[in-house]
This record gives sequence, structure tokens and C-alpha cells, in this order.
Amino acid sequence: MMDVGRHSKINLLTYSEIENIGGYIGNFQVTVRKKARYVDEKECNACAECEKVCPVVAADEFQEGFSSRKAIYMPFPQAVPSVYILDDKDCLGHNPIACGKCADVCEKNCIDFDMKDEIINLNVGAVITATGMDVYDPTEMDEYGYTQYENVVTSMEFERLISAGGPTEGHFIRPTDRKTPKRIAFIQCVGSRSNSPIGNPYCSNICCMNTIKDSLLLMDHYPGTEITVFYIDIRAFGKGFEDLFQRSKQAGVKYIRGLPGEIFEDPKTKNLTMLVEDTVANSVTDFEFDLVVLSVGVIPRRDSDLIQRLLTLSRTTDGFFMESHPKLKPVDAPTGGVFLAGCAESPKDVKDSVTQASAAAARAQILLNAGKINVEAITSQVLTDFCTGCQVCVKVCPFHAITGGDAKLKIPVEVVEAACQGCGTCAAECNFDALLMKHFEDEQIMSQIDAITGENAADKVVAFACNWCSYGGADLAGLSRMQYPTSQRVIKTMCSGRVDSKFVLHAFENGAPIVLVSGCHYADCHYIDANRWTVKRVDKLWDKMERLGIRPERLQLEWISAAEGQKWANTMKDLEKMREQVTQEEIEHAMSVLKEDREKAEAKKKKKAEKKTPVKEIPIEASA
Amino acid sequence: MKNKMRIGVFVCECGSNIAGSLDCEAVRDYAAGLPDVVCSVVNKYTCAEPGQQEIQKYIKEYDLNRVVVASCSPRMHEPTFRNCVAEAGLNPYLMDMANIREHCSWAHLDNWDGATEKAKDIVKVSVARTRYLRPQEETQLPVIKEVLVVGGGVAGIQASLDLADAGYQVNLVEKEASIGGLMAALDKTYPTMDCSI
Repeated sequence: MMDVGRHSKINLLTYSEIENIGGYIGNFQVTVRKKARYVDEKECNACAECEKVCPVVAADEFQEGFSSRKAIYMPFPQAVPSVYILDDKDCLGHNPIACGKCADVCEKNCIDFDMKDEIINLNVGAVITATGMDVYDPTEMDEYGYTQYENVVTSMEFERLISAGGPTEGHFIRPTDRKTPKRIAFIQCVGSRSNSPIGNPYCSNICCMNTIKDSLLLMDHYPGTEITVFYIDIRAFGKGFEDLFQRSKQAGVKYIRGLPGEIFEDPKTKNLTMLVEDTVANSVTDFEFDLVVLSVGVIPRRDSDLIQRLLTLSRTTDGFFMESHPKLKPVDAPTGGVFLAGCAESPKDVKDSVTQASAAAARAQILLNAGKINVEAITSQVLTDFCTGCQVCVKVCPFHAITGGDAKLKIPVEVVEAACQGCGTCAAECNFDALLMKHFEDEQIMSQIDAITGENAADKVVAFACNWCSYGGADLAGLSRMQYPTSQRVIKTMCSGRVDSKFVLHAFENGAPIVLVSGCHYADCHYIDANRWTVKRVDKLWDKMERLGIRPERLQLEWISAAEGQKWANTMKDLEKMREQVTQEEIEHAMSVLKEDREKAEAKKKKKAEKKTPVKEIPIEASA
Repeated sequence: MKNKMRIGVFVCECGSNIAGSLDCEAVRDYAAGLPDVVCSVVNKYTCAEPGQQEIQKYIKEYDLNRVVVASCSPRMHEPTFRNCVAEAGLNPYLMDMANIREHCSWAHLDNWDGATEKAKDIVKVSVARTRYLRPQEETQLPVIKEVLVVGGGVAGIQASLDLADAGYQVNLVEKEASIGGLMAALDKTYPTMDCSI
């Protein structure tokens, strides 16, 4: 920790929050809010004079509320930076009548009540997401009495009670009578491996070993303590872990396979009793303890949403950030130039966090060392002959990559290629086919639709899937061997925003019974909010289908993330059921009315075009 | 179209990952009959060195100007096969992948005929698409040699130190007033039983 504070290459911004991240791999623009701590970071030398005179007493969060701090305080003794902070919610304020005592005694005058938040802009090539985890809150699991009995504590509270830097300076006591407990129980998997709505289904990875460690600490500090660990399974799978487990058992710690159903407190002694079924010995026993430690699991950070949105990340069903590939790209985020480290990705211990962090740093260095990055040639191009300058594309581009254009003066728009990210929304929204989305051109996608519907169209479902989420969801379904009917045919686009109305109508006109448009969840679009236009377009299509007497349900819209393999498989099963219900008459009706509708529109267009000079198309050549 | 399309189709068995659930030979024979397909072959592992060499050999031998690789997801191996065809002188954007593994063989493990028919169709769609592909040139963008690390727990600290020691400017942003994260609140840590800070 100290090294970070001292390193000349590290710009340490504490008490700071990310407000915005824009840009792309190699060139991210970051806005950071450095919140006012009301103490000059450069000047404060942690002399502690201010703390002595502060009259306010507040609960000390670092000590899990077991002791108090002042309104101006050091977060904890080894804090980096070693600087005081003033909590403006607790402080009485700088009005001399109210208080202001700390400022009076500060010799270096580093307390500034008028300090304002500072906005810092950064420009970076890569981002490492190491946002960590939160600890499971056992208040919702009240059969263990955490909210009712003082002598039921969590494993995090245990850490503070046994720490030499803790509120008791390492003298391990129980809260009610401040005596050292002789009989201590640890209850494992609190909030983990739970099938009930309370808690989480996954294993939190670290709690077994943490309890084993805690038991050894107790045995070391207080030999003869009776420690009983209640568990489902002991998972001691890492290097040196089994050794620690055996040492704990040899030290006399009892391990019982079985969890208590409920904990009761003796109102006089404040001791805790519980009935536990030992599933190894096949016996039910009544236990009494002086103190119970709930070995709480870990959960994704409660404030993950912001970073998820700013970096367009996905989350797995357990809520942790999803990696690019579970085996082959475990530290790359799906977003280019973003890497994952530590518990943001999954629960892990210190060693695994450090390992993954070094891996993430190495992956980032590959990018930084290269100094340049090849960008896929998937950008939009204006066909100036077709463009009327109507500026619809300017309005829909999430990256403001299209500029200019004037309908009255007939000036075509321009695409700023470096800013274009290739979602293709502009091409889908253009009424004049004046935007060519490279590698996802109209003809390319139309040819795919033709190939699917060319034979036995009635047996197939045409499924548009976006590259980042839904196509990945389909991949995950396969990777997880989730089985579903064979009827679906996938057409990949970079974004669901690329799915032009005419693609959908073309599929129906060719006899497709069901069409699916699928993309990232609403807030997770990899092109900021391009899928907003997908929704609007599908809405319009539903209206049109209704008008033409085509059942709107034949066009489905689903948001399926790359982590939702199960949802993809289920959707495919549902679509197959829908497909079976579409009658041949329905299909034929749609084919004929859509053909008529299209021909009418084309005739109208042709009439208009006859008045103008003919335009050139870009020919496709076979040879590269 | 000026010259004639010459499309090569490469069907991957992926060991038994694909060949175990569908008839790769039948897919190959079907592809051979599609318009402008001049060669169609099966490989045990197309992504492996011999598989890639075969693609390159066929590009030269048959003067291929479009390539379809029927194997896994492009999210997995598109860069591999783009590089492979580029080495043989073909623009990488003239290669298309037909996903017959994640979207087919793995999703239909016990439906040999259904999966085979679907795989044929997927290859047909890909062949149709390749006919309309154009060569593309990738652009190069500079990378700013600076990093943002979000979070100052043990992982953020380690990543920051590694990158800073490698000489890059690191911006470490931490929400709390001190770095250290959850780790700082732990007394001792396993397996070494020493202090956490």
C-alpha cells in the first residue's frame, strides 16, 4: 500500500468517483470527481491535533462500529494517503459559534471548510476494473439472530475483534459482557450455496479457508478454546490449504457437517443455543456457545451498475462481471481495452486477486507496448449520390460520428471514420439507402435471408443477433450444451440497431414464419443506446404488420446478454412453439401483402427517381 | 461482376465436437454443390497448423477469392482465420465463418439428421454472404500510454504497481478515503497467516 502512495508513476486519486467514461480501446476519456475531503492532502502531516479537539463522536466504520471516531479522522492507522478526512455529514460546520475547533489547532492550516469537489479529466489507453466485492448482509437471514443477539457476529466483525489494531487491541471479547468467550461456533455458507430466495446460489470461495484461519488464530491466542465449525463441505483446495485444515483439526477444532436451523439466546447468560443434525454421525445434538460467528459470503459490489454501464460490461447470473471467455480470456472484458482484476470478476482470496491483477496488468501492457491498435474496418460510408442531406443519420448516431448534411441545399452528410464504431444504426434508419455499412451491407444481409428462406422457409426461424450480447448468448448456450430445436438460423449484425425494417419484411415476404430481433439489454448496448432505435423500429414494424393483417407476434424482440445462454435456449424453444402455430395461410397472406406493399413503394420511388439523374452503385468485384 | 467467384469451403470436425453430432462429410458434399464453390474439404481441426496450411494451400491451388470456414464461433477464431487467409494473400474480410459448433453441433447433441441439415443450411447462408463481401482495409489508431485503474483494493494495488513499474503512467481511482479495500480490514490472511497490509 505504501508503495502506491510513493510511486512516481502512480497518480493516486482517493475519495474519488468515476463520473463518465467515453471513447474506445486505446483512447478513453475519463471524468473523475475528486470529492472534497476538507483537508489539504499535500499539507496534512497526520499530527492528530484536530482529532483531539473535535467534539463529535461517530461510529467508526472501519472497526465495524465497535468503536468510535471523530468527525475529522484518519480512516485507519495505515491509511494511504496518510491524511485526515472531515466527514461533512458529522461535522458541526465552520461557523465559529458552532465549532471550527479543528481549524484553530491545525498549525499547517490545512483544514478548508470551503473546499469544493474537483473534476479531473483523464485520457487513457486501457482500463483495469478492480472494483472488488461487498460482504453479504446477514440481516435478511434472521433465523441466525444476527439482528437480535449481540453475541452473534459476522466474520468481518470477528476480524476487527481479534486484530491488534482493532477496538479491543486484539483482546478477543464478546459484545455482551466483554469477557473472552470459551465456546465459539462458526457457521459456514451464510448467504452462500443457498437455494432459497435469501442468499446466493454460488460458493463464495474464501469463507472455508477464512474460518480455518480464524480458528487457528484463536487457538494460538487462547489455547483451549472450544471451537466448533458447522459446514456443508469444507473446500480447502488451494496450495497449502489442506495443510492448514489438518492443522486446525489437530489443534482441536471440531468440524461438524450440518448447519443449525435456528439460534436461540438465553436471556440471562446471553449464551446461544442451537440444534444441529450432524449428517456424518447421523445424530441430532443440542449445542451451547458463548459466541457465534457467521461466516458470511461475498456478493458483487452493490454499486456495480455505473461501471457496468460506462464500460459496457456484462454480468454473469451471479452478478459478477463477465470475462471475454471463461477459459481462454479470463481477464479481458468483452469491451476492447478493458481488463478485469480481483473480486469484480468473481469471489477470490488475496493470492488469486494478486495473480489476476498481474495478469490484467500484463494484458494491458501488450496493448500499451504496441502503441497502436488495428481497428476493424466495420464503419459506415456515405454514398453521396443517394444522400439527400435529410440528417436522420446525424440524429441517430450514438457517437456523433456523422456531421453536416443539408436537405435544402442537397449537401450530403459526412462520416467521421475514427469516431464511427460500426453499429449500423444509420444504415438501418436511412430511407434512401445512402449509407453503406461496411461488412454488414444490405446485399450481404439480404443474401443471407434469401439463403435461409430459399428452401423450406416455413420450417425456420430467422434470428437476428447482435455480435456482443445475443450472439454471445447463443454461443454460451452451445458451450453449456443447452439443447434446443434446430429450426433457428442466426444472422449476426454488430448491433441490433443495424436490423433494417426491410430485412424483417424481406424475411416475411420470403415466407419466414417467425423473425427474432435480439440484442443487448436496454442499458447494456455496446453502442451507448443504439438499441433505442431498434425498439422504435420494431414498434413501427408491429404497427405495420397489424395494418397489413399480419400477426405482430410473428416478429419477436428479445434482449439476451452474452451471459444468458439459458435465456437464448429458452427463447429458441418458445420460438419453435410459435413457429408451429403459424399456419400456411398466414404465411402466404403475409407474402402476398408484403409483396404488394413493396412493389407499390418501389413504383413510387421509381417515379420520383425518373425525375432525377441516375445514380451509380459501387460494384462488387470477385477478385480481392 | 468482373471475374468469376471461386469459393472454398472448409468444414471442421473439431475432433468429435462437431463430427460427433453431425455428418461433416455430408456437409462438405452439400457445400461442393453450391454455386461457385470450387473446393470443399473436411479437416480434423481447421484451426490447428495443418488445417490452416490446407486453407492456404487451397487458396493458391484453386486461386480462391472467397473462403468459408465452417467451424466454431467467429467470436472464438475469426482473428485466427483472418490472419490465415491474409498470409495466403487474400484480404481477411473475404473470409466468413459458418458457426456449426456453438450454434449447431453442441446445441443439438442427439439430433444427427436435424443438426446435419441445419449445418448444411448454415454453410449455404455463409456461402451466399461471401459472394457479396468486399475487401476492407483496417485503420490503425494510436494507443495512449496511460492507464486507469478503478478500485484500490488488493487487485487494483497490484495492477497499478505492475503497470507503474513497467513505466506506464497509472491513474488509480478509489472511492474511499484510503486504498486497501476489504483486505485492509482483515487481521491476518491465509495461507501464510500474516498481516494483510
